[in-house]
Amino acid sequence: MADYEPWSETRGAEIIAAHIGQDGAAMPMLHAVQAAFGCVPVAVVPMIAEALNLTRAEVHGIVSFYHEFRAHPPGRHVLKLCRAEACQSLGADALAAHLRRRLDVDWHGTTHDGAVTLEPVFCLGLCAVGPSALLDGRPLGRLDPARIEAELDAVA
Amino acid sequence: MTRIFVPRDAAALALGADAVAAALVGRAAVVRTGSRGLFWLEPMVEVETPEGRIAYGPVAASDVPGLLAAGMLQGAAHPLRLGRPEELPFLARQTRFTFARCGITDPLSLDDYRAHGGLQGLRRALELGPVRIVEEVTKSGLRGRGGAGFPTGVKWKTTAEAGGGQKYIVCNADEGDSGTYADRMLMEGDPFSLIEGMAIAGIAAGATKGFVYTRSEYPHAVATFDAALAIARGEGLLGAKLLNSGYAFDIEQRVGAGAYVCGEETSLLDSLEGKRGQVRAKPPLPAHKGLFGRPTVVNNVITLASVPFVLSAGAEAYQAIGFGRSRGTMPIQLAGNLRYAGLFEAGFGLTLGELVNDIGGGTRSGRPVRAVQVGGPLGAYFPPALFDTKFDYEAFAARDGLIGHGGVVVFDDTVDLARQARFAMEFCAAESCGKCTPCRIGSVRGMEVIDRIMAGDRVDANLELLRDLCHTMKFGSLCALGGFIPYPVMSALTHFPEDFRALQKVAAE
Repeated sequence: MADYEPWSETRGAEIIAAHIGQDGAAMPMLHAVQAAFGCVPVAVVPMIAEALNLTRAEVHGIVSFYHEFRAHPPGRHVLKLCRAEACQSLGADALAAHLRRRLDVDWHGTTHDGAVTLEPVFCLGLCAVGPSALLDGRPLGRLDPARIEAELDAVA
Repeated sequence: MTRIFVPRDAAALALGADAVAAALVGRAAVVRTGSRGLFWLEPMVEVETPEGRIAYGPVAASDVPGLLAAGMLQGAAHPLRLGRPEELPFLARQTRFTFARCGITDPLSLDDYRAHGGLQGLRRALELGPVRIVEEVTKSGLRGRGGAGFPTGVKWKTTAEAGGGQKYIVCNADEGDSGTYADRMLMEGDPFSLIEGMAIAGIAAGATKGFVYTRSEYPHAVATFDAALAIARGEGLLGAKLLNSGYAFDIEQRVGAGAYVCGEETSLLDSLEGKRGQVRAKPPLPAHKGLFGRPTVVNNVITLASVPFVLSAGAEAYQAIGFGRSRGTMPIQLAGNLRYAGLFEAGFGLTLGELVNDIGGGTRSGRPVRAVQVGGPLGAYFPPALFDTKFDYEAFAARDGLIGHGGVVVFDDTVDLARQARFAMEFCAAESCGKCTPCRIGSVRGMEVIDRIMAGDRVDANLELLRDLCHTMKFGSLCALGGFIPYPVMSALTHFPEDFRALQKVAAE
């Protein structure tokens, strides 16, 4: 379970300053921002634009291009469920449908109690042990509804 | 204390390897390794005995007390005892050049790496010098393992001859194809071989800086590789005087952010530069104008990690294995609905049927195999009728397929190929970088047309439209994403036409 900081302009500026010297700094900067705040807050976009001598539109273009960057912090736990072909061949579609019903969320949604955010992912490289997922970064394999619910109960 | 080896590969962790290791602490000296790649046996635990290593698997944490009581630490009998791992048929049938150490050594021990043949390729490279390294790699017949199969020696030569100034080695570790996991396994199980391969490439091409672009979906590979980089720098394998030679080389790892298209080399370069990962038109080739406009070698993880063997064993030894113009070995990744799913490194030329039925043991579900997708989301779906196709770049291309990065995903008879074709278009629509129209718009239109076909709406006319659209995408797209998405769609249509007429039949009855 990740413990994110609330947005702070001072911290945002520190993170930007820590990466400004790197070649092609935008991606490492955005990753560091998301690692700190759980998302890429709208307020950081003009700060990054200023630091990298880009327009806000360009930075927004970068942030929105990549599926990984979130606009809002996730719930207390993040479940990244694989939706790619190798997991499909082992019932990933049915597992996903079950989870969305059970958690009452759609993709990228967070449960009402703020416990779990469900994110789709296209391949975790766990294609020999599917269906697979990452729960708070921990790999899970050979999932079925019972196993995934037990894992979610264990962290809740 | 007896040494006992427990994998730390992400797929072994997904099956509980950490709990097994925790249960063994205090009873044995636990060494964490990569995986041998026999995933139906993971977590596979190996005990060091005077007779060599003895494997047990699949081991659950709850099995550990019983195993210890039975005398596992002496290699004693137990229902989970597998014997010597090298004698397991799945491993005995392989030719492990690139994955020789994976699953055996501690991935973060440079001593282990040296003791198992590591750094011999780099030492020979330092003796040969740039021109003869390129000759050796060219002679080995090594082709890019990312999917395109371009001759590696030619790429290196082009970069080496592209004038002076700053040059780069970029390693593509954005292994996004479903069914593939060789890059991940290698970075988690034998990261020094990638570092060694990149250092050799740096000397050959005249580059002093390398970047590894790893996908964010691989947090364990990212962490292991970063740790390996720190060790390599500390021990002089990277830095201003590589192994005390006159060559300088260092590597930095960068992490992607969930964009499949960044596995395409030019889009990867834009992402590394801190931009949207959009595809560039070629020419100019990256070998002439690549990262930050400088001459750049872009190679896949497996290509680079194969180089140390090519240098240490010699081009002839590598070249002697293989089939047709596909020389050397390929780490084939058996995945999906398979009984014996795992990494199978072998010379090119096995048939698809051998891989799926003999080696893979048929489906995990026990139902008949209906379709096999080779080469990831851009690869064709082959029916069992094409199981005589040899695993080789040209043989697959001749049947309108591709081997890509070597992933083999098996589906049983519950698969609906119209649905899979729709998924291909949906995936392309979500992952298109947006630069060219056939891919950006074509994929959305493709999804809509397949929806109409699946709903039984003017099926013949819409099938004709779909074929025409695929033709446009194949020949009009800027890169392999839009250009190859027609492979899964058209193969589904060609080999499984009945799936596209399910509702039409219902309507007629």
